[in-house]
Amino acid sequence: MTARPDPAAAITFDSVTKTFPGSRQPAVAPLDLEVPSGEIVVLIGPSGCGKTTTLRMVNRLIEPTAGSIAIGGVDVRRQPATELRRGIGYVIQQVGLFPHRTIAQNVATLPRMLGWDKARIGARVDELVELVGLEQGMLDRYPAELSGGQQQRVGVARALAADPPVLLMDEPFGAVDPIVRGRLQYELLALQERVRKTIVLVTHDIDEAITVGDRIAVLNTGGVLEQYGSPDDLLAHPANEFVEAFLGAERSLKRLTLAKVSDLELSGGPVVPADATPTEAREVMDREASNWVGVVRGDRFLGWVPREALDGQGTIGEIEAAPPAALVRPASSLREALEVIMNSRSSVAVVADGERFGGVVTLEKIRAGLEA
Amino acid sequence: MTFWGPRGWALGVVNTERWLWWEWVRTHPDDILRALREHVVFTVVAVVGGLVLSAPLAFAGTRRPRLRGAILGLAGAVYTIPSLALFAILVPVFGLQRITVILPLVGYTLLILVRNIIAGLDGVSPSLKEAADGMGFTPLARLLRVELPLALPAIIAGVRIATVTTIGLTTIAAIAGLGGLGQLIVVGLNRPMRTAVTVGAVLSVALAVLADLGLGGLQRALTPWARRER
Ligand SMILES: Nc1ncnc2c1ncn2[C@@H]1O[C@H](COP(=O)(O)OP(=O)(O)OP(=O)(O)O)[C@@H](O)[C@H]1O
Ligand SMILES: [Mg+2]
Repeated sequence: MTARPDPAAAITFDSVTKTFPGSRQPAVAPLDLEVPSGEIVVLIGPSGCGKTTTLRMVNRLIEPTAGSIAIGGVDVRRQPATELRRGIGYVIQQVGLFPHRTIAQNVATLPRMLGWDKARIGARVDELVELVGLEQGMLDRYPAELSGGQQQRVGVARALAADPPVLLMDEPFGAVDPIVRGRLQYELLALQERVRKTIVLVTHDIDEAITVGDRIAVLNTGGVLEQYGSPDDLLAHPANEFVEAFLGAERSLKRLTLAKVSDLELSGGPVVPADATPTEAREVMDREASNWVGVVRGDRFLGWVPREALDGQGTIGEIEAAPPAALVRPASSLREALEVIMNSRSSVAVVADGERFGGVVTLEKIRAGLEA
Repeated sequence: MTFWGPRGWALGVVNTERWLWWEWVRTHPDDILRALREHVVFTVVAVVGGLVLSAPLAFAGTRRPRLRGAILGLAGAVYTIPSLALFAILVPVFGLQRITVILPLVGYTLLILVRNIIAGLDGVSPSLKEAADGMGFTPLARLLRVELPLALPAIIAGVRIATVTTIGLTTIAAIAGLGGLGQLIVVGLNRPMRTAVTVGAVLSVALAVLADLGLGGLQRALTPWARRER
């Protein structure tokens, strides 16, 4: 199901500058940026900093004053603008569905222009409708008959219609409420798992950038690139005060949201096998500064045994263990893990992937994870 | 003009005072139908001619702001010239020919249509044009497949106004003795033969109403999407 990244789709900005006629300052200062193939790069920055301008120079709706942009190593000026644009999906904030065309016709716009035959267009429309999570019954409706969120999805389907390697999205979720927005972000990530496009997405919303971006480019007024890196890079090491201010307070909390339990070093901790002796268990507890020890048999977690219950005979497995109060999954965010630990009034959560024991998360490990 | 064959005249002597004398109507179908046909022809020529001329003007106007100002300014100014005055100006130039009637009629429809087409094209949201450009539409494809269809309600509204206006104005053609339903009215008043006045007036009103309804139906048929909008 997962498509391979198309190696032809990396986007390279080489000293790209745009100065609009009649304005003295450039809207985009010389910009050097490499958007790796198959990744989502988010452009973020204050209003008027040149995000849209940067995006529109890729499909040549705006021509740079200087510098060049290449897709897959080929300068975008090598082909006529209309040709170029047919190979680049473009999603705008206002969605821009044609009100006089049905949903099916909107989605089929580009395939029709490219002269696909009817059967192929029909099959593609069906496929896309499924891909973006719309219902078949909507195909014959007009855009005005759909909700904002549904229209956004049609916009994405239309942009993907001719299977372009590159997708440009200008505040694609700007027009919907926060709940739908969250869902669409999640769906975009799920979609990206399947289609692996090179996506440049513009947003105002730092949380959106952190959620969907493989990399984030923080732009300042005048199109100055302040920092370019992974969300965790930015949160952990903001390059300067501007980026720091932009990321906002609670940087550590945001990193907690971003990082997964599975990102942590999960081995170790106050855990012993069921055939350990009480002496061995006491050693582990002393080392981990814990008054409880977890008991594991094979890949199953049996429960917690308190220090008082150790009586010096037999193995730990013979002692009755208390079931774990705090459980998390490997895919849980560190923030969720923290929440679970706090609510259980302990300092440790058990990581379980279904029945399988995956280690323990302690407050100490979470803190160490943020320092990494 | 030959509204009054010997038969009609003979009958007319008797009943010139009646507003509706069926015997006259029954005995003059050819005259009435010809007047109606001439009226329709004038109207169609004026509206189609106006459309053909105004469309490129309007397109040019929406592409060049300066031109648009000039076009709309001129359209507004000429529209205020009374139609009779315009005929009066043209008669010495062209004499009593069809062109004397057609020219001002085309002129008026052109003024109405150019404004409506520009308004319709202006009404197309910039985001739709951006979406079309972004998908690789050529300028012509964008005009024909996006802008024009979306401007259609405004354009047809303009055609309705232009048609109804022209049907009214065309009665003036009779002043130049060039036929149309106005001829029935003028001659009916001169003779006098009041029934002819009634027939001419009623038919031109009926024609206007029918044209308006027909074009309204056409608009609904051509823009099914506009109906479903909130
Ligand atoms: N067509 C244009 N002509 C002249 N100036 C323009 C044009 N488009 C954008 N600008 C200017 O260029 C600068 C950058 O605009 P741009 O639309 O790229 O900003 P943005 O980062 O997308 O802002 P926002 O977040 O508000 O969408 C602004 O100062 C804007 O006024
Ligand atoms: Mg913008």
